[in-house]
Amino acid sequence: MRRLLVLGAGTAGTMAVNKLRPRLPQPEWDITIVEQSDTHYYQPGYLLMPFGTYRPTQLVKPTARFIPKGVNLVKGEIDAVEPEENTVTLADGTTLPYDYLVIATGTTPRPDQTPGMAEEEWHRSVHEFYTYEGSKALAEKLKTWPGGRLVVHITEMPVKCPVAPLEFTFLADSFFKKKGIRDKVEITYVTPLPGAFTKPVSAKALGGMLDARGITLEPDFMIESVDNEKKAIVSYDEREIPFDLLVTIPLNMGADYISKSGLGDELNFVPVDKETFLSKAHDNIFAVGDASDIPASKAGSVAHFAMDLFPDNFVHYVEGKEMTEKFDGHANCFIESGGGKGMLIDFNYETEPLTGRFPFAVVGPMPLLKESRLNHLGKLAFRWIYWNILLRGRYLPIPSRMSMKGKVLAKDA
Amino acid sequence: MPVTTLLDREIHVDDEGFLTEYDEWDEALGAELAKQIGIEMTDEHWSLIRFLREDFKEKGETATTRRVQAAGGVPTKRQFELFPKKPAKKMAYIAGLPKPHGCV
Repeated sequence: MRRLLVLGAGTAGTMAVNKLRPRLPQPEWDITIVEQSDTHYYQPGYLLMPFGTYRPTQLVKPTARFIPKGVNLVKGEIDAVEPEENTVTLADGTTLPYDYLVIATGTTPRPDQTPGMAEEEWHRSVHEFYTYEGSKALAEKLKTWPGGRLVVHITEMPVKCPVAPLEFTFLADSFFKKKGIRDKVEITYVTPLPGAFTKPVSAKALGGMLDARGITLEPDFMIESVDNEKKAIVSYDEREIPFDLLVTIPLNMGADYISKSGLGDELNFVPVDKETFLSKAHDNIFAVGDASDIPASKAGSVAHFAMDLFPDNFVHYVEGKEMTEKFDGHANCFIESGGGKGMLIDFNYETEPLTGRFPFAVVGPMPLLKESRLNHLGKLAFRWIYWNILLRGRYLPIPSRMSMKGKVLAKDA
Repeated sequence: MPVTTLLDREIHVDDEGFLTEYDEWDEALGAELAKQIGIEMTDEHWSLIRFLREDFKEKGETATTRRVQAAGGVPTKRQFELFPKKPAKKMAYIAGLPKPHGCV
């Protein structure tokens, strides 16, 4: 019998077992997945919950419901991987042997890594929305917040869903307008990047949208600490930005067991081949989803496109054949822009987000890098798609590799 | 790819002036690049630049400020003092390496 062990039943891990179980014959292949949480969270909902769009209960379902028959679900906290012994040890002392290991434990916000961030003002005037608890606490805060200086801040790249901080900012602008207190709120967007976003065409479009909403952009800001007394964030080059409400995106890191096991880089992400996800250090370990160090967005859409290719590759690999499906870093994201509208971007390792239409030229129907009601509805519809199609590994008719169809080249934009 | 001439040598660079050929660099060129962006190089500056060169050879990627702190042993604060405002970018420029990629 051959043993496949998957660590983490989040978006990537759950999709992996759903797609691999039918491809790996029983009883030759035993598949086990380890997860510490009984609950699977719909993480894209964390962005909208602070503004009252979702109730907390709409974002949770039992983990076990998405694990297919024939896969063992083990509840437990991972303590370490012993790659030389091909075993994984859990915190309760259980040892799980494997022939092949798939690491899918994602990325986690780590406010503890910035001095002053997770101290007195945490969940008082310092908030985050990348966890279920954090998003819920921020929703409570916003219900009664009278206005003042709102600072939306990114600690360091990479962060999960890199457009979410901008979306949060647009949605906050819209939220305060609706509440009739926009004139009492001063919004500043603080980023370590040189502009609103990483790549030129989208940075320009998104930067323009900040301007149009009267939001101040503070670029190239590398945070050193949060000053709880002054209520300000302080950068390494000694800039200080005061806040009444700080919504920060803390440093993102992979799980600590990864560094403990000697498998990670400085941020506990696992170095892998960016086209096949095979570990650079061990020929029977893969890392998928946000847990790897591939230079793509850390996002469910990337995990999804990657999972269209990975299962077939894996089957080839364990048969001793070449992995012929090469991942191109494809991602697409709906970007909420406030006022019931949204944008859509579609890009990969080589091609930056461009304007145009998706998925087809001219007829679209979704306009790229441009606000529309349809894109917003697409985002809301995605929750159903996530629970019912994506996680269960069912077919979604969007090509896994990016297509240039419908896109306008940067030089023509 | 643009070609520029520095110290009477032809050098391949990208649109922002970062060298694209690892082997076209030497310390004389590094000193010239540092002068262009107004950095006065001390031994401490050079030890960081040498770390970046070695690290790139091994990893195939330009070290970020976090990596320079973790693997190179120089705190981020000190990097900002040595290469003011944008240490990651300035170190890469002087070391003749690609700009470290801010991932999307």
